[in-house]
Amino acid sequence: MFAYIIRRALYAIPILVGVNLLTFVLFFVVNSPDDVARMHLGMKRVTPEAIEKWKEEHGYSRPLLYNADASGTGKLTETIFYDKSVRLFAFDFGSSDAGRDIGEDISQRMWPSLAIALPTLLIGLLVNISFSMLLAFFRGTYLDLSGVMLCVVLMSISGLFYIIGGQYLFSKLLHLVPVSGYEPGLQAWRFILLPVVIGVFSGIGSSSRWYRTIFLEEINRDYVRTARAKGLPEVRLLFRHVLKNALVPILTGIVVVLPLLFMGSLIMESFFGIPGLGSYTIEAIQTQDFAIVRAMVFLGSVLYILGLLLTDISYTLVDPRIRLS
Amino acid sequence: MIQPVLLWTDALIFVLLVVVLVFAWVARGREHLRAPWREVVRSRIAVASLVVLGVYTVTGLLDSVHYRKALPTQDGQQETQYSGDVLSLLDTLLGPLRTQEEKTYSAPFATQLYAKETVSGPDGTQTRMFPRLKYGGAHLSDPASQKGADIARRSALALAEAVAVLLLLYGLLGLRLARKWRRSWRAAMGTIASGKAEVPWRTALLTLAVFVLLITLMINLSAAYHVLGTDKVGQDVLYQTIKSIRTGLVIGTLTTLVMLPFAVFLGMMAGYFRGWVDDVIQYLYTTLNSIPGVLLIAAAVLMMQVYMANHPELFETMAERADLRLLFLCLILGITSWTGLCRLLRGETLKLRELDYVQAADAFGVSKSSILLRHLLPNLMHLVMIAVVIDFSGLVLAEAVLSYVGVGVDPTTQSWGNMINRARLEMAREPMVWWSLLAAFSFMFVLVLAANLFSDAVRDAFDPRLRAQR
Repeated sequence: MFAYIIRRALYAIPILVGVNLLTFVLFFVVNSPDDVARMHLGMKRVTPEAIEKWKEEHGYSRPLLYNADASGTGKLTETIFYDKSVRLFAFDFGSSDAGRDIGEDISQRMWPSLAIALPTLLIGLLVNISFSMLLAFFRGTYLDLSGVMLCVVLMSISGLFYIIGGQYLFSKLLHLVPVSGYEPGLQAWRFILLPVVIGVFSGIGSSSRWYRTIFLEEINRDYVRTARAKGLPEVRLLFRHVLKNALVPILTGIVVVLPLLFMGSLIMESFFGIPGLGSYTIEAIQTQDFAIVRAMVFLGSVLYILGLLLTDISYTLVDPRIRLS
Repeated sequence: MIQPVLLWTDALIFVLLVVVLVFAWVARGREHLRAPWREVVRSRIAVASLVVLGVYTVTGLLDSVHYRKALPTQDGQQETQYSGDVLSLLDTLLGPLRTQEEKTYSAPFATQLYAKETVSGPDGTQTRMFPRLKYGGAHLSDPASQKGADIARRSALALAEAVAVLLLLYGLLGLRLARKWRRSWRAAMGTIASGKAEVPWRTALLTLAVFVLLITLMINLSAAYHVLGTDKVGQDVLYQTIKSIRTGLVIGTLTTLVMLPFAVFLGMMAGYFRGWVDDVIQYLYTTLNSIPGVLLIAAAVLMMQVYMANHPELFETMAERADLRLLFLCLILGITSWTGLCRLLRGETLKLRELDYVQAADAFGVSKSSILLRHLLPNLMHLVMIAVVIDFSGLVLAEAVLSYVGVGVDPTTQSWGNMINRARLEMAREPMVWWSLLAAFSFMFVLVLAANLFSDAVRDAFDPRLRAQR
């Protein structure tokens, strides 16, 4: 088991190197630092001196890959590639284009993100499983059919609509919760409540439909038929046997997103003014702060790969038939 | 005088149209290709959503024929100069909708502006009032008492027109089917109306009826009113939503066009050749896949913005610039979204290559390229078909989100995402401006719902596993 985890972790290294190279190409080769500087300075007051100055201030003045002026290993280390890309491996994100320490920002902002994303995931899971089990119980009836239709309709509504509509209904009309904002500590629940409810609701359509097919697949298996033939009541069958087995694909499917919960949701956080990583990324995109976007791309991939690793491990834990080969 | 303009996305849309038509023509003659489609059009829901998608597609195609109008020639000028505005056939058809701009917000069917303004009368007195609109209900002398009757009269006219058009369509369809079924016209009409025909023509006609009625209503009412109100700069909201249809369709279809070659070619290569080819391709898609989608798209679009800002000389008109940005967005979305299908095709190819018929072809010395093209590709097409229709609705929804984040289409392009983005702050206004949001969301909802329902029917018909269950 331990050797397996080590091997899987080692397999992640070339992928991270690939992600790193890709972001490097995207951010420094497609457009040279000169272009980026020109963009930031605006089109009008661009002089070669101003560009040099901007690059100097933000640490983009070194050569891209190979520094002929330096000596020894400095030829490779005193470059933008080493400064901006290789250091990401040590989770040293450097400072943003606006001059703030990105690592510091991330460690502060991931908690509000988690405060929204984790309850959304858990409550969503509970609601979706209950709803899809209900549909599976009444399979083939009009209740099931209208439930599936409802899922398709809910799926077809833009996520933005749920947010804008929910904010209008609950905050503006009914004044139940504040429109937006955040407060650390226990008082946070007032600000978290609405985003969580909306997040759960907007996920019902696609998830419930998917879970329903998982339940139906399980219900059609032989062991269920045998249990039914032996006289087990349908409800007990559903909760005792079907639910237990159907949870395996559902829960292992969730594991991959667990680490990504730290990243938060871009749209939700920016609509509700939650100071999490999602709104951090959106602000960076809108102010064109490339250093932050680069850091978030790398962080996102690390978390995703971690999620894959956890998925592999969870498979082997829940299903002993899967060999660790 | 007009000068045709062929934008990049126009060209690609028409290429796609030709490809679809050629495929349809080829499929007509082959039973195994026709059979699943025949099953699709037997489903009532699928036919209804097909009609909806058809109406949207025709609108999008009309909006893809672009031209520039000649400016009036000045004295002594030899060459004709063309206007910088790129218009489309749809713009011409919609005529008054595009040109009748008000000053600022006005509610649906309003005859007055939405905000009070200070108006100075002829005698110099200043009053705070809601000024009358320039176009909305301008023909009425006393809107308060006449508006209801006027709207009712116009709607009745629209209803009459719609009924006439539908009866004509019904009759023509009857003639066509009478010939096909070799029966009398009367009998064919009866079969259609009873809904017992193999293809649910009645459903198709009824769905079409809704759209015909909406279109005649639009023609009759929008000549005198702003049916869905006007936005901040006084542009008609109905015009904006109709123009947005093309953007949604382009993103939904061209992205797939970009993605398919990557996914099919690499997926088949990886599955068939295995070994190091497989390793390289798997590495490639795992790497791309491990970057969260929105972030990769955002990074790529930001870089594209820098490039476009530094090379303004590449674009002749605003429309061309916006169009290229749309095309780039499709490219980027395509490059980030081919991994899922690629993985699926790789797995299926791995399974297929072990089957006897492929082994036999190999033993007979059939070349690798023709095994791939003639023996494997046709057996993968159902997966491709399912993926294409399923991805479509997701892409239309993604456009709205990306435009909100600021990495979507050009702000000058009409799109639902841009409309929502602009209207988002209007919810906080007192009194609230809701019609832009409602228009964008409902047009998008109808398209996505139709696409989702249609993709369900396609999946049921094409997936052999589901077919075996029945």
